Formats: sequence, structure tokens, C-alpha cells
Amino acid sequence: MATTNPELASPTTRAPRSALREGWKQLRTPIIYLLPALVIMMVVTFYPLAFQVWMSFTDYGVIKEEGKQTLNPFGPGGTTPPNYRPAQFVGFKNYLDIITNNPQFVARLGGNFDFWRLLAFNLWWTFSNVGFHVALGIIIAVLLNVEGLWGRKIYRAIYILPMVLPNIVVATVWRNMFDDQYGSINQLINLFITPFGLDPVQIRWFNQIQDPIPGIGLPLSYYAMLIANIWLGWPFMTIVATGALQSIPKEMYEAASIDGATSMQQFWRITLPLLRPAMVPAAMVGIVTTFNLFHVIYFMSGGGPLGRTEIMVTQAFKLINVNQLYGVAAAFSVIIALVLIPIFLITNKISRATESYDV
Amino acid sequence: MSSVTTQRRSGSTAAGRRLKWWQQLVLQAICLFIAATVLFPVLWIVSMSLDPRNISRPTELNLIPPGASLQAYLQVLDRPTANPVTFAELAFNSLRLAGGVSAFALLIGVSAAYAFSRFKFPGRQFMMIAVLAITVLPSVATIAPLFALLNSIRISSAIMSIVLILAGLMLLGLTLFAVVPAIRLGSAGPGNYFFGAVGLVISLGLIYGGLAPARSEIFVLRNSLLGVGIAMVSGALPFAIWNLKGYLDTIPKELEEAAIIDGASPNQVFFQIVLPLATPALAVTGFLGFTGGWTEFFLSWQFLTDPKDFTLAMSLYNMTGQYAGQIPWSRFAAFSILLSLPVAIVYLLLQRYIIGGLTLGGVKG
Repeated sequence: MATTNPELASPTTRAPRSALREGWKQLRTPIIYLLPALVIMMVVTFYPLAFQVWMSFTDYGVIKEEGKQTLNPFGPGGTTPPNYRPAQFVGFKNYLDIITNNPQFVARLGGNFDFWRLLAFNLWWTFSNVGFHVALGIIIAVLLNVEGLWGRKIYRAIYILPMVLPNIVVATVWRNMFDDQYGSINQLINLFITPFGLDPVQIRWFNQIQDPIPGIGLPLSYYAMLIANIWLGWPFMTIVATGALQSIPKEMYEAASIDGATSMQQFWRITLPLLRPAMVPAAMVGIVTTFNLFHVIYFMSGGGPLGRTEIMVTQAFKLINVNQLYGVAAAFSVIIALVLIPIFLITNKISRATESYDV
Repeated sequence: MSSVTTQRRSGSTAAGRRLKWWQQLVLQAICLFIAATVLFPVLWIVSMSLDPRNISRPTELNLIPPGASLQAYLQVLDRPTANPVTFAELAFNSLRLAGGVSAFALLIGVSAAYAFSRFKFPGRQFMMIAVLAITVLPSVATIAPLFALLNSIRISSAIMSIVLILAGLMLLGLTLFAVVPAIRLGSAGPGNYFFGAVGLVISLGLIYGGLAPARSEIFVLRNSLLGVGIAMVSGALPFAIWNLKGYLDTIPKELEEAAIIDGASPNQVFFQIVLPLATPALAVTGFLGFTGGWTEFFLSWQFLTDPKDFTLAMSLYNMTGQYAGQIPWSRFAAFSILLSLPVAIVYLLLQRYIIGGLTLGGVKG
């Protein structure tokens, strides 16, 4: 990279220079290029994150119960208002309240909060969704790659639609589609079952508390959101898989069929292993995205019934938006970060490991 | 690459391997079924938006409702929610927010991305991991400190107007200073024009914000689009840096090296070689940032209280499901189509570049 520093060759640098100056010369260009972003990230990203850690050890934001107090030290005219009360240090109380499900704290949130159930659901939600996305994505990509299939281009154009629409619209539209009274899903089911003399159903997708499949402790709203999110997620995986499929040389399949391999064997022994380097990073992106998928949960079930489909990010938002417990929300966000760090490290490691994977 | 071209060639003369009729039939049936599931929600929403009867809730499935009309669209454009704001006002707020945040993140992010991609310096690895880690962190998880910090910034509106106008003028001067000499010398490339245009738009936006009449005596940064924008930059900037770095890494270095041998300064290399080559990357990153801002919900929902500041995404939430109150679903349908149309069209245009970058870049939605 010495070549990116043409000043070295200019006559002004002839003067005797110390190691310090030499270092500065090397550093000057990168620092100038980085400086604007660094300064702004210091102010709007890293400082708030540090502030968040401090907040998580305080009772910041418990103004509601104590009447007309304010956490804002700057009143009109620049003076401190008389009802100003600084946030008080509470140690690890917020963290302990969350992870031990302190009954007093849970009651304050409406009684439906259970941290470990929340975490388990969040992880299950993530892996069940990404599993479907990857499997369907590969199957449909292979299907569309069949030679001689009519209308492949048209199908490819249609199948990209879920990716094109904004998440927020997809979530709200599916929410209305699963509406118990007016939703199109119930109407569609009735369209198929009423000709057989069955009574029209009115499935309460988001409010039914009883589990649809006994033994699996997942409410009906989970399945509704699973359907919506599968619809939303597989096209991305199909596109990634299609790209990888098209780079598999035809000769491999020809050689395999000469050796007498069936098409099933070819799929398991050639297609899948060669798709792996492309699918693993895509699945990792999918895992992080789905883990943090605010829109689908918040707009569809809103965490219901009884908070059983709440995920970490929607709960964090409710702690602020509904309960106004800023200190607790900060602690909760720190916990989210702690959960995400291992996922992030694994992602980082696997996506780098696959880079050198030889095809 | 060669395998792709052979694929295409064999695809055009695909008669070589013909499917048996029953195979074709089965595969077509599967493909059509998948297409039907993909299209079902889209057709449902389109058909509902055309419903002329203005029924509050749909009770049957119709592809094209009897007497279809565009009435719902007109109603939505006039007054989408119970708040006394028009669609144009909401759209303008969303546009300012999304455009401002994505332009700002792009402008600041591209030079940092270039530094990460091309220079070696102590602490590079550490800083890159810090940026990447932020892109994994959900933006909901930073809402508490951002709310608290922005909420404590309160100044009188008169001072705020002056600050905005001054900032706008300074940025305007800086932009002109950076761009005009190059144009005069005739050495301006697309990079200079890009920077000039973005700087011009942002500075004029700031001046406009300063000149607009104040709504209240005290300006609370949290309770303004500017505050939401600052909170969004917190996540959008690391995302832009990481995304752009991924693209810049794929641009071969030979051109830059040749230019350096010819005596170009680092700035000339950046503005006249790297930026023009990175145009698709800039377009895609800008677009992804724009989409993020256009559909941003939780920050604006938490921060804003004045209906005049509300955005499209917030209004969509107001029209959904049990929160909809008396708003007919035909209006909800028309509104969601109007909300997604601009983003969807640009997505289709940039599709090729976006998909290449989705796996390269970050994951923040």
C-alpha cells in the first residue's frame, strides 16, 4: 500500500523527519477519509451505546408512578425545574428482575412476561423460519433450473415479488389476511370446505389461546406468522441458490449419470455439497434478520396471545413504548446484544471459513 | 462466468433434453401453485383497493370487485387517517426522513468505506469489527438511550431556526468549495457532481427547515423529524459503510495503481476513479437506506407526537387490523399499494445489483 502515498516522492518531504512524522505521513490519508464517519459515529452510535450501559444500571424513567417528576434537567429559561429528579443507581437490579422474572416486575408489565420462555421462543422462531426458507429456497431453485421447463422466466419474475414489497406492508397485509372475521384466509378455507356441507369456520388466528397441536406449546398465532414469514423469506434463498446452481458445471452431472447415479443421488452428492458455500452465509444473514424481525411479530400478533409470541426486540420496544421503563429497557437491550454476540461471532467465522472453500 | 454463458447457450437451444409430457405437467402444476401462493396476497390487496362500495370490511373473495373504481385511492390521497393531514404531507415527511438519512449516510460512509477497503492502518481490524457488530445489533435495542439523549436536547425555536440556517449555509459553502473549482478546471467527474448534488439537497433542506415557521416555543430535538433522522443515522451509517466496503472490495485495484503511477493524488483517485466505478454500489446502498427510512416505524412512533410530523409507515399501522377503527379496508389496501409502489419499482430496476450485494453487505433491516 506504499503506492497509495505519493507524497513520499514529492520534494517537500526531503527535510529530516522523525519516526513520528513518518507515521503521521502514513496515517494522514486514512484518517482524513475516516474522520467524518468516525466523529459522527462517536456521537450518534457509540456514545448512546455507552449511555445505554450506564442507563441499564439506573432506575431511569420511573416517572410515571411518582407523579409529576421529570428526568429532564433543562427547564424553560435554562434553569433546572424543581421537580427534576436524577436517575438513581440501582446496581444489577434491572438485570436480575429480567432474568429471574421477579414477580413484582412481571406484574408491572401485565403479568405475561417470562424471560426464558421469550428467549426460547425467539430462538425457535428463528431456526424454524430459516429452516423452511433454506429448504424451500433450494427446492424451488432446483425446480426452476430443470431444463426444458416452460415459462421459467415468467416464474422467476413472479417469485421475486415478496422481496420487492416493503416488510412493513407485507406484515400489515398478512395481519389483515388472517383477520378472524374479514380475513381472506378464513374466507379461502370456507370456499373449500362449504361445498362439502361443512359449516363455515371462523378461526381466531391471533387470539386463540388453546394450542392447535397438543403437546407442542406453540399458539396458533405462531403458525400464522410462520406462514407469512415463509412467504416473505424463501425467494431470497431461491435467488442465492439459483446463482450457485448455475455455476455448477454440467459435466459433473453428465459424468455422474454415465457412472449410473440416479437423479436423487446426484442431488444429494453433487447439488447440495456445491450449494453449501453459497447457502451457509445466506442462512446466517437470514438467522440474524429473523432473530430481529420486528415488523412481522409486532404488526401481526403484537406478541399475543398472552405475550407468548413476543420476541426480544418487540418486548424491548414495549418496555419503552408501553411501560416507559427506560432503565429496564436498556438492560434488556444489553441482554439482546449479549445473545447476539455469539451468533455474530459464529456468522463471522463461518462466512469467512466458506470464502476459502474450494469448489 | 464461463459456465453461466454455456448455460445460457444451451438454454436457448434447450430442445436437447426434452421433458416427458407428464413431467412437464407435474412441474407446471407445482410452479403454478407456488405462483398462486405468491400472488394471492398481492391480488387480494389490489382487488380490495379497487372496491367501489367503500365497505368497511371485505366479506367475500373477488378478483375484480363489481364496478371497480379508483375511489379508495382518491380518498386516501385526500385524508388517509383520522388526523387532519393529507397523503402528500405524510409522504413528504417520509421522503425527507428517508432521503435525508440515506444521503447523509452515503456521503459520510463512502469515504470511510474507501479507507477500510484500501488503506492499511493500525486499528483497522478493530474498527471494522466495531462497525460490523453495530450492523448486527437491532436498531430497536438502541431506542432507550437515543430517546433519553435526544429528549434532553431542548432549545428555543428561534435559536434552532438560526442554527439550521447556519448549518445549511455552511454545508452549502463547503459543497460549492469542494465542487466548483473542479468544474471550473474542467476536471469534474461524476463523483464531483454526485457530491455536489447531495450536498446541495441537504443544505437546502436544512435552510428550508430553518425558515419554516416554528410550531412551539421550545424545540425538543426528540419530538422532530430531525431527531428521528439523527437516531436513524446511528444505525444507517454503519450499515452504509459496511455495505459499501463490501462492494469496493470487489473493484480491482489495478486502475487506481495505474493512476497513482501517473501521478494522481489520493483525492483524485477517489473522486475520479473509485466513485464513478462505485456508482451501482452507491445507488444500491442509497436505495436500501432509503427503503429503511421510508418504512421506518418504531423510532418515529416512539419519538413523534405532532400529527404534522407523522410518516406513511406510522399511518399504515393506524389503519391495520383492530387499530383501524372506522377506516375502510379498501383505503388500507390503496394506502399500502401507494406506500410500496415507489420502493418496489426502484427495487425491480436495481434488482441485479441489489441481489449481488445482499449477501455481501450487512443484515440490518
